[in-house]
Amino acid sequence: MQTNQILALFCGTLLVLGLIAFFLGRAKAARVRAAGTSMHAQPDQYAWFSVLSTAGPAIAVGVVGAFAMLLLGAEIPTLYLLAASLVVGCAGLAMGIAMVRPDFHARKAIESVIRFFLAGAALISIFTTFGILISIVGEAIRFFQMQSFWDFITGTTWNPGASFLEAAGRAEEGASAAQFGSIPLFAGTFMITAIAMLVAIPVGLLSAIYMAEFAPQRVRTLAKPVLEVLAGIPTVVYGFFAAITVAPLIVSVAGFFGIDASFNNALAPGVVMGIMIIPFISSLSDDVINSVPDSMRQGSLALGMTKGETIRDVVVPAALPGIISASLLAVSRALGETMIVVMAAGMRPNLTANPFEDMTTVTVRIVAALTGDQEFASAETLSAFALGLVLFVVTLSLNLVSVIMIRRFREKYRINNL
Amino acid sequence: MSQSFDEISAQLRRRHRKSARLKWISMGALGLAGLFLVLFFTDMMIKGLPAFQQAQVQVEVDYSERASQLPLAAVQEDVRPLVSRGYLRLIPGRMDDNPELLGTTRMEWVLADGQVDQYLKGHHSRLSASEQEVVDRLQAEGRAELRFNTTFFSNGDSKMPELAGIASAAMGTVLTLLVTLAVSFPIGVMTAVYLEEFAPDNRVTQLIEININNLAAIPSILFGLLGLAIFINFFGVPRSSPVVGGLTLALMTLPVIIIATRTALRSVPDSIRHAAFGVGCSRWQVVRDHVLPLALPGIMTGSIIGLAQAMGETAPLIIVGMVAFIPDVTSSFTEAATVLPAQIFTWAGEPDRAFIEKTSGGILVLLAVLITLNATAVVLRKKFERRW
Repeated sequence: MQTNQILALFCGTLLVLGLIAFFLGRAKAARVRAAGTSMHAQPDQYAWFSVLSTAGPAIAVGVVGAFAMLLLGAEIPTLYLLAASLVVGCAGLAMGIAMVRPDFHARKAIESVIRFFLAGAALISIFTTFGILISIVGEAIRFFQMQSFWDFITGTTWNPGASFLEAAGRAEEGASAAQFGSIPLFAGTFMITAIAMLVAIPVGLLSAIYMAEFAPQRVRTLAKPVLEVLAGIPTVVYGFFAAITVAPLIVSVAGFFGIDASFNNALAPGVVMGIMIIPFISSLSDDVINSVPDSMRQGSLALGMTKGETIRDVVVPAALPGIISASLLAVSRALGETMIVVMAAGMRPNLTANPFEDMTTVTVRIVAALTGDQEFASAETLSAFALGLVLFVVTLSLNLVSVIMIRRFREKYRINNL
Repeated sequence: MSQSFDEISAQLRRRHRKSARLKWISMGALGLAGLFLVLFFTDMMIKGLPAFQQAQVQVEVDYSERASQLPLAAVQEDVRPLVSRGYLRLIPGRMDDNPELLGTTRMEWVLADGQVDQYLKGHHSRLSASEQEVVDRLQAEGRAELRFNTTFFSNGDSKMPELAGIASAAMGTVLTLLVTLAVSFPIGVMTAVYLEEFAPDNRVTQLIEININNLAAIPSILFGLLGLAIFINFFGVPRSSPVVGGLTLALMTLPVIIIATRTALRSVPDSIRHAAFGVGCSRWQVVRDHVLPLALPGIMTGSIIGLAQAMGETAPLIIVGMVAFIPDVTSSFTEAATVLPAQIFTWAGEPDRAFIEKTSGGILVLLAVLITLNATAVVLRKKFERRW
């Protein structure tokens, strides 16, 4: 039998068993109540308790068995496992029905189970973080067993080309040894991020200032959702836009000024990424500027400052922690952005300061390493995880710093909802 | 040091001018952002709208014995290069399905080759001069024209641009999002309910909270690495399938749903909880019967927004292999599938110019769906917004 057939059979049987438990439990409770004994809970609650006591152990056995097979490599025939799980389910059913007694607090029992499940769901987010960490660190360690960590951090040549020959045990056939020096990738990433920030921070911040300080209410209610449209456009679409429209535009404009630009220049993905990030910065800064207490503006205006001076010398400095926090989050977003650079930046690791040349980024190389046709254990595939690890560490620290900044701002002005 | 009245008023004028300048500059920044938006949409429209039209030609189709062996023989030699090869390939099958066709000759509107399509739309095409003449003649006779492109919506991917469509990607998107929703919605709501209504304020709770905020800010490609290492390599979920894509996206969507649900739960006033407790409800009964129903509109808006985000996501799906070439419409959760953004990505990599049009067409469809989803969320929020 196929796995999903077995699964369907299992679920079907469990469903039937649960239904039986429900009706038996309710019938017994109703009988007891009809006999005139007052009970601690409603018949339906006893019924649900019976269902839980049936399904809970049965599912637990199935899950434990499945994990034993996956983690410990134990060989348990699937049918045996299912049979065992159903037997345990039947035992649970019998026990559940037996526990339907007037002095039993069925509601409390159910609720502690529910609470347990809710807490379990909350733990999944922690598991996800650990999952990311474990999967990335585990594979990255395998990579660093093959390649030196020091070369990865300080090397200036990224040339994984020959690694598939090494993986096949034919290293001597390669023209040159595979080299994993990540500096050009990070240089490219930071260059594109810097360009994006040069676009996003001034435009985003100034838009926020306009919306928070100058704009009439009507403009505000209209502008904010319209700006959010920019944020809702999928990044693959931005990537296409950057590659098909913006990059040729930049090449022809640069050509007009006599500059030789590559079609995979760093400017196109940078500018488009900046556009993508504008609403992110503007809406966060708008919130922060709005939560600067009005008394500060009034004080400044009362001293004879103009509106512009109030904004420049009072409001923006007061909101600075929040603005910096927004900018840091935006930087972390730009560092991790993938589709725009995959589609519009180059593939060639290139250590240069000229934004008109092609460059590649960390995320581009991650995608390239994992969509190639190497086997999974090759150094090139695993290098994706090493790059991912660095990306994880950098973005995580940026996020943490920005959280600390915003918390400081919040404490300073005692704001609750930011 | 004293200043004359004139000096002071001049200084004041300068300061007010500066203030006004800030106003205009900041207004310009907002305008610039709006301009980007307009530019972007116009560009996509200009590039993408032609994809909804496709050239068709009226030719004589000869359902002969020979055509069932050699489909190319079904049309006359002079128009043969103008007809889509994909269409011709289907002719023997149609004759098997419908034996009456055998031996008849009919005038039929058929799908034209992609190059004819490009030529009729006024783009550069690879048609030879003589072929162009034939097309011109057919067009003058009213036997070649651009019609609404149904193939684009009914076909899967193809290497022939005239046959490439979004049907399989749309189906893949639906299946993937079903998995995403089925996983992230219950877990997200349960997490939020636990954190808002049940959790004690201790270290573990704080850890979970920090974690969720962090997850929301982790680059999406790292979720792809997680999906690859854990779901595919460890749990053995089939690569490229809607299950693995959906699970990966679910973990990404989870923080969005949790944060939105928490906000919705928090906006339900405590008086309602007190009243329910007062009549003897247990904590779970209060949540299930009173708090959750009142918070539901907020939860729905959050989930729709989360789903819209997941729908536009590509990077993690590329990592788990959902960029496969899928010509047939996927029907199962474990088969290889592709999604709309991934299809767009694949087409964007095709060298043929006709695919730029397809890509932009796919983008227009994707944007239409996304804007509809977001608008629904906004309308829901407006409709159910209430001040307690």
